[in-house]
Amino acid sequence: MNGIHNVENVSKIPVLVHDLTVAYQHKPVLWDIDFEVEEGQVIGIIGPNGAGKSTLIKAILGLVPKTSGRILIYGEIYKKQRSLVGYVPQRESVDWDFPVNALDVVSMGLYGKIGWCKPVTKHYKNLAMFAMERVGMADYAHRQISQLSGGQQQRIFLARALAQDAQIYFMDEPFVGVDAATEKAIVTILHDLKSKGKTVLIVHHTLQTVKQYFDSLIMLNMRIVATGLTKNVFTQENLHKTYGGRLTLLEEAVQAYTREARIHE
Amino acid sequence: MNWTDLDNWIVITGILSALSCALLGNFMVLRRLSMMGDAISHAVLPGLAAAFLISGSRDSITMFFGAAVVGILTAVFTDLIHRLGKVEESASMGVVFTTLFAVGLIMIVKGADAVDLDPGCVLYGAIELVPLDTKTVFNIPVPRAVIVLTTVFVLNALFVIFFYKELKISSFDPELATTVGANALWMHFILMTLVAVTTVASFESVGSILVIAMLIVPPATAWLITDRLRTMILISLLIAELSAVLGHVGALKLPNFIGYEDTSTAGMIAVASGALFFITLFFGPKHGIVIKSVERFWTLLRISREDILGLLYRLGELKNVNDLQVNSDLFRKVTGYGKGMYFSAIISLKLDKKICVDNGNFKLTDRGKRMAKSLIRSHRLWEAYLHKYLNLPIDHLHFSAERFEHVTDSKMQKQLLLKTELPTQDPHGKDIPE
Repeated sequence: MNGIHNVENVSKIPVLVHDLTVAYQHKPVLWDIDFEVEEGQVIGIIGPNGAGKSTLIKAILGLVPKTSGRILIYGEIYKKQRSLVGYVPQRESVDWDFPVNALDVVSMGLYGKIGWCKPVTKHYKNLAMFAMERVGMADYAHRQISQLSGGQQQRIFLARALAQDAQIYFMDEPFVGVDAATEKAIVTILHDLKSKGKTVLIVHHTLQTVKQYFDSLIMLNMRIVATGLTKNVFTQENLHKTYGGRLTLLEEAVQAYTREARIHE
Repeated sequence: MNWTDLDNWIVITGILSALSCALLGNFMVLRRLSMMGDAISHAVLPGLAAAFLISGSRDSITMFFGAAVVGILTAVFTDLIHRLGKVEESASMGVVFTTLFAVGLIMIVKGADAVDLDPGCVLYGAIELVPLDTKTVFNIPVPRAVIVLTTVFVLNALFVIFFYKELKISSFDPELATTVGANALWMHFILMTLVAVTTVASFESVGSILVIAMLIVPPATAWLITDRLRTMILISLLIAELSAVLGHVGALKLPNFIGYEDTSTAGMIAVASGALFFITLFFGPKHGIVIKSVERFWTLLRISREDILGLLYRLGELKNVNDLQVNSDLFRKVTGYGKGMYFSAIISLKLDKKICVDNGNFKLTDRGKRMAKSLIRSHRLWEAYLHKYLNLPIDHLHFSAERFEHVTDSKMQKQLLLKTELPTQDPHGKDIPE
């Protein structure tokens, strides 16, 4: 993975990240990240708290500004490829008392397709219902969202991403705080997506289930520790490197550097 | 006090102002930005004053422009100070808007000799004077404020209608909104600009202090009533309109009752919307405090009634008497209920003909007996179920069964029967009644 690809190759890679650095208020969060993922895989992003797992996803989606680096989605920058990407944020990131029902939330996944200023027509409502059926939530379509359990809320988020009908999905800790039924529903959906050639990147934090869920791994702790097939990289040694504390010297240098860079600006 | 044409115009001004504010207020409340409305309504003052001092006229479009610019600056400054200065968001808002407001006040006071802009008018509005400043439209003299507010209302309505979807998604989930292309930051600044413009338009009628009531109170009230966004917006408009009308009527009539002169309409509009909010809080259908207490009372009453029937049945069973009579005073002590709940339950059971009283003694009627049997049956089936499936020791069964018996319907009873394989006795060796 030396970042040299011809154009034809690049357009076949779902996600290519080259030299990505994200620093937030003098603190490095991601340093010189390089990786690419293969189409049709379920990829886990693992690492300790504060390793920058969520930030990595958000940087790819343009939700946090990157200090430097290049991110390509099927060979183009994200803004041009929005319709190819689906996003499942962390469940706590929204206010569940918001006055909408489950169907409204799932329909939001279609807003990009519907376009500005146009209403959500019957056709799109049907698409949203179909997505809800896939996660077994069709019966709850007209429930106010605060009345749903944590697992059901997660499934609504999943349905919303499915409604987007994307090629690549980014999911931020979808397995956190869900019941067994939801966990099973998510796993089924993941198999389904994979069989259709879609690529899924998942921020994950329980190591016990890693082997079972993921084809490949991105092991992260501010920098990339290892990437590759789970069976090759999920080793004691890599785990130790990932979870064995941060590289304090690097961190210090980065802090000093970003402070200086700011002054030079 | 007679109702005149002037009053009509005052009410129309109030309504337009309340509607324009409430439309945008919904999204301020939902984005947890209620106080941002307050900040902007104060902070636009220097923009207003500057525009005024430069153009020398209140009629000018520059005034709106000045206000809009400062309104956006408030949002931008707040955001910058919060992020770059690492100052907590509400603190940075407080710093920005008080500073801007003070600058505006100084500008007005300094310039007051040259121009007729009165600080008091800016703070509290002068809705009563609105009908005096008119412009002729289609041969009818229409107050200038009404023309301005109508324009702003139409603008806001078009914004909310056309960008309904985008407002909804960027308020609920700004990150997702940004990833699907409805840039949440842009929506935020457009909304803040419109809030600034609406605030300025409403200055004349309600002033910069009370405009927050119009922005926030009707939407907050509507949110207590519904949990659908569309309905919430419609209800908030209804409440806004109602408070404007009630406000003016109240300002004219209410003080007379207690022997005072008329009072400020703007103040009464805010009071009226506050009153509507509290009424909704207490009597609202969804989260109303009164409704909740009533529901709680009915539930407690039902449970007490059922417990009393169960107890009478069990006492009869214990003494092996078919038509047991129980001394009512003694019985109250056995139940351990408070007086109020006990008598409410007894009276309602009597009215329902579930028990009858004979010389101070209680007796179950046939209806009462049927109901008691069904309850005891549920109770003992639950004990059997819990013993079988949860392996609970005998002395732990009663407590749970006591709770479940009150929520067991006939369908659940049938399922219990199947699961416990038609027992005739409960784990304590007591008969399960048919």
